[in-house]
Amino acid sequence: MSGGARLENANPLIFQRTGERLQTANDEDEDVADPIDDREIFDLIRSINDPEHPLSLEELNVVEQVRVRVDDQENAVGVEFTPAIPHCSMATLIGLSIKVKLLRSLPERFKIDVHITPGTHASEDAVNKQLADKERVAAALENSQLLEVVNQCLISNARTG
Amino acid sequence: MAADSALLLGLVEEFVLGQQDRKAVDTATGKLKAGQFTILQLVEALGLHLTSSQPQTRGRGVQLLSNVLQECYGDLTEREVKVLIVFYENRLKDHYVITPHVIQGLKALTKCSVLPPGSAVSILKSLFQDIHVQSLMLAERSCVYNILIQLMESRESELKGLGADFVFGFVQSVDGERDPRNLLLAFHIARKIVHEGYDLGKFTEELFEVTSCYFPIDFSPPANDPHGITQEELVLALRVVLTGTPRFAEFLLPLIIEKLDSDVQSAKLDSLQTLTACASVYEHKDLAQFLPGLWASLRREVFQTASERVESAGLAAVGTLTACLSRSVLNSDSEDSLNVFLELVLKDCQHHLCEPDLKLVWPSAKLLQATSTASYRASHRVAAAVLPSLIEQYNSRTQCAQRRTLLEVLQGFVHPVTSSEEDESVLLDFRQSLCSIVFSALSESNADLQITSMRLLTALGQQTGLLLESDVELAVDHLTRLILEEGDPKVSLAVVECAGALARLHPAAFISKMVPRLKEEIFSGGLRSKAVRQRCVAALAAVSSRPSLVQESTPVLLQVLTSAHTGTGAFSLEEVISVCHSLQKIAEQAQDTEETGGVFHDVIPRLLGLALQAALQGSSGHCSPILEETVLSAMVPIISTTCARLQSRLAGQTASLAVSLFLDGDVSFLPENAFPTQIQLLKVSQSQMVCLLMGCVCWLPRTVEVPQMDRLLLELEELSCTCDHPLSYTSAAKCYAGLVNKSPAGEVLDSLIDRTLKRISTELDSASSPVRTQAFTLLLWVSKALLLRYHPLSTALTDKLFSLLSDPELGWLAADGFSLLMSDSPDVLNRGSHADVRIMYRQRFFTENSAKLVEGFNAAVQEKKSGYLKALSHIVNNLPRQVQLTELPALLPLLLEALSCPDQGVQVSTLSCLQPVLLDPPSALITQLEVLVGRTLALTTSPTMKVRIASLRCIHALSRFPEHEIMPFRARVLRALAAPLDDHKRVVRSEAAVARNEW
Repeated sequence: MSGGARLENANPLIFQRTGERLQTANDEDEDVADPIDDREIFDLIRSINDPEHPLSLEELNVVEQVRVRVDDQENAVGVEFTPAIPHCSMATLIGLSIKVKLLRSLPERFKIDVHITPGTHASEDAVNKQLADKERVAAALENSQLLEVVNQCLISNARTG
Repeated sequence: MAADSALLLGLVEEFVLGQQDRKAVDTATGKLKAGQFTILQLVEALGLHLTSSQPQTRGRGVQLLSNVLQECYGDLTEREVKVLIVFYENRLKDHYVITPHVIQGLKALTKCSVLPPGSAVSILKSLFQDIHVQSLMLAERSCVYNILIQLMESRESELKGLGADFVFGFVQSVDGERDPRNLLLAFHIARKIVHEGYDLGKFTEELFEVTSCYFPIDFSPPANDPHGITQEELVLALRVVLTGTPRFAEFLLPLIIEKLDSDVQSAKLDSLQTLTACASVYEHKDLAQFLPGLWASLRREVFQTASERVESAGLAAVGTLTACLSRSVLNSDSEDSLNVFLELVLKDCQHHLCEPDLKLVWPSAKLLQATSTASYRASHRVAAAVLPSLIEQYNSRTQCAQRRTLLEVLQGFVHPVTSSEEDESVLLDFRQSLCSIVFSALSESNADLQITSMRLLTALGQQTGLLLESDVELAVDHLTRLILEEGDPKVSLAVVECAGALARLHPAAFISKMVPRLKEEIFSGGLRSKAVRQRCVAALAAVSSRPSLVQESTPVLLQVLTSAHTGTGAFSLEEVISVCHSLQKIAEQAQDTEETGGVFHDVIPRLLGLALQAALQGSSGHCSPILEETVLSAMVPIISTTCARLQSRLAGQTASLAVSLFLDGDVSFLPENAFPTQIQLLKVSQSQMVCLLMGCVCWLPRTVEVPQMDRLLLELEELSCTCDHPLSYTSAAKCYAGLVNKSPAGEVLDSLIDRTLKRISTELDSASSPVRTQAFTLLLWVSKALLLRYHPLSTALTDKLFSLLSDPELGWLAADGFSLLMSDSPDVLNRGSHADVRIMYRQRFFTENSAKLVEGFNAAVQEKKSGYLKALSHIVNNLPRQVQLTELPALLPLLLEALSCPDQGVQVSTLSCLQPVLLDPPSALITQLEVLVGRTLALTTSPTMKVRIASLRCIHALSRFPEHEIMPFRARVLRALAAPLDDHKRVVRSEAAVARNEW
């Protein structure tokens, strides 16, 4: 097949999208403080585009709300993501996109931890190590080409954030 | 005569020597046209120069002749033309410096109406023989093309006589053309050749090559392009050529297949669109050979595309291909190429439909649906192949998500088949199983399944013969059950939609089954929860589109109102209001017939009666919900919507009844006639009912005359200036304004307004007056009424409003009043109510008054300035975008000032006015970027949530400014946005996140 290399995973499973978060009366109320919760973090990352499909990470079930942990008091956010296939070469890029999106969207007080769901990827440890290494993430973002690719993933429907 | 020839010689001399240019030509032309000498004399005068041994001199000579010819080719005789053509054809062989002028002259000659027969052919022959077009300059090439076009238009038959030589000549002269302007001409010629049946001979491939080498066109016009040629134009011009004849098929189709492999999006898109275009011209035998290749490419585009445009173009191509193949008449010896193609499609797509979890289900389904929409035969074939397996799968799968996908795919197949007109529906064979699937899905407990199945049901209902009487009844039963039992808002919404669609087609079943059941449920008392009753009422409103249904459903709703009034039904206030909304909805959607008009004509008296009863009782102690202001306000739109749509006879009747009720207390037309005889509705105690009067008389068509107008206006003015009940005096003012807006212009109206204005002024001027607010309200509404119809007196009133801006008490109200003045109000003075609304009244008001506003602002003391800013931001906010953009530079300083104004209302209003402008920033804004960024960033920490959100949206919009402009601010903005990221409100945080990600 011409017109670009053959995709690694041409016919992936598709999952349903969750709707927009419902606005509650509390959201309108000035005096109620809303804590940052799992759903809010999930809303941030679910619309990230997959690098090779015109689908969001949520539709490919790469990220799930149950795999997001937030501790607002302790300033910690943990995200586990599940590559669609165990030898997915895009895993690092997906992880990096999630990390960048969270870095840009969360207050600085949070410590952000992104890693692969245990037992779902062939080279899990290597990817996790790369993603946990601050220096390497920073270096990766200095690379203009890589940054371009990451921005492509994040560009998606900006309105749904 | 001798003087003339001497003059001529002089002119020629001067021109040839280069001393004179335009003037010589003009003089010569003028004289020639006036008949003072002939072209022959001019040639004689030129004689020496035309035979000069210097090419430059010969060139100048020919140039003069050509220029003159261009002006006066219409005056030549056939003999002159003949001679000139022979001369020019000869000159083509001459020195290259002369050629441009020769071509110019030829071009002028081809425009002659007296072109002798045979000369077209000879001109072309010498053109093709003696010059090499591509070595000429741009303008000359264009000239040659124009000659061709000219001759093709005037001497078509002669050119066709040339046979394939003409095509060959054209191919030779175009080969290598690069300028887009000339290409457009060349494509135009090629199109004529292809479409008007010129003999292509053995040069078909050459002609194709010489044009197709530009395909797909990639052209980006230079910035500030003076010629205004777009890529789009070129693409379309070329497409018409390429798809013009089936004889190109064998060359074009491989080219398309090749270009589909391209990585460039626009190339893919262009190829697909060209394919679509040519498939509608070609026949099956042109396509047959390339089907496998085409299919492989199309499949790839749809299966793996990243862009929706490519996908939809691909689907369209598949559709037209199928349609083209279906059109073909079969010979006994050829195989059915439609079958071959469908075989290919089915082979590749069918198995994906068996995996409803995977991504490729959707593209496959879309491809199959595209083929089945294309023709009856195709839909037959596809349906027979696909539907049984889908149905079987649905019955065997157990997971809801999979079943839902299957249902959605099925729905896609039900829709397209509508295109088969006279043939009976392809789906008839599957009717039974489709219906049973729908009903089984409806009885599932999964909300998504229910919603999808209702969509499928609606789709089935749209087609004749797919739902039998019994099926409709069963469906209505299911829908009724869902209304009563399902609490999920998404499901109820779907039920209401589905019921509405089906009720339009099958009203009988709804009358006999659903309406009685819902009615019973509504009145069953406290057993069911409020939510159920709410849904019942909404459903009743949704199904009432046919007159027969309206007749059944409105009495039920009115009965609710009555029982709420008497207190027997225990209906809460919200329920009463939602009943009112439902009635309004029915009034809006009911088809405009005599019958429904009649029904609603009866509704008005009943509503008035109810309100009146409630008002009378209200004074005696018992409190009916109808008395509540919210309920009354909800009743107004019912009356107004109805009145606006009444036919004029009924409308006139209604108007006179309502007026006599309100003025004279004439209650005879109200039902349950148990009212005291002398009531005065426009006096204080029952005055709030005046809003009902407003709904009635202000919404009538303008042709209907309101009786006792003068008295009515007087009473209304009195009420609005004296009453101290806000709803009453506002409604009276609105009603007054509505009537004034519609009354015919003239002295009566002017004196009326004068009188009112005087009264208002006296009230407003006395600072101690207790009714200043009332007077202001009346002023506001009357100004709006007059402003809308461009009445000359409106300026006096609006000036009054401007002067109120500095009023200590009413300043704020006045500032807010401008928002009312500029926006559409829902309940009166809008187009729906047949009011006299001129177009662009906002712009007009703005241009007339912005200077006053700015002046007032500058003159005002510091504390008063904010009122002006507020008024300004209201006015600018309501202007159309086009005007905003042009006016912005002048107003920008003021608006920026408004951003730093402490009032939060002003901040929100200004920010929301700036935000849309920022999306497409004018250059004036860019120069102010520094201030803009500073002010908006400061507002992101405002204590009010709305201000924070609005300012974050503006910052988001700022991120789309040109890269080099915002670069200096990036670090600062990113740092400042870190704070709202940690806001305690989630809504603010999400806006901040969006904005920061963009930056």
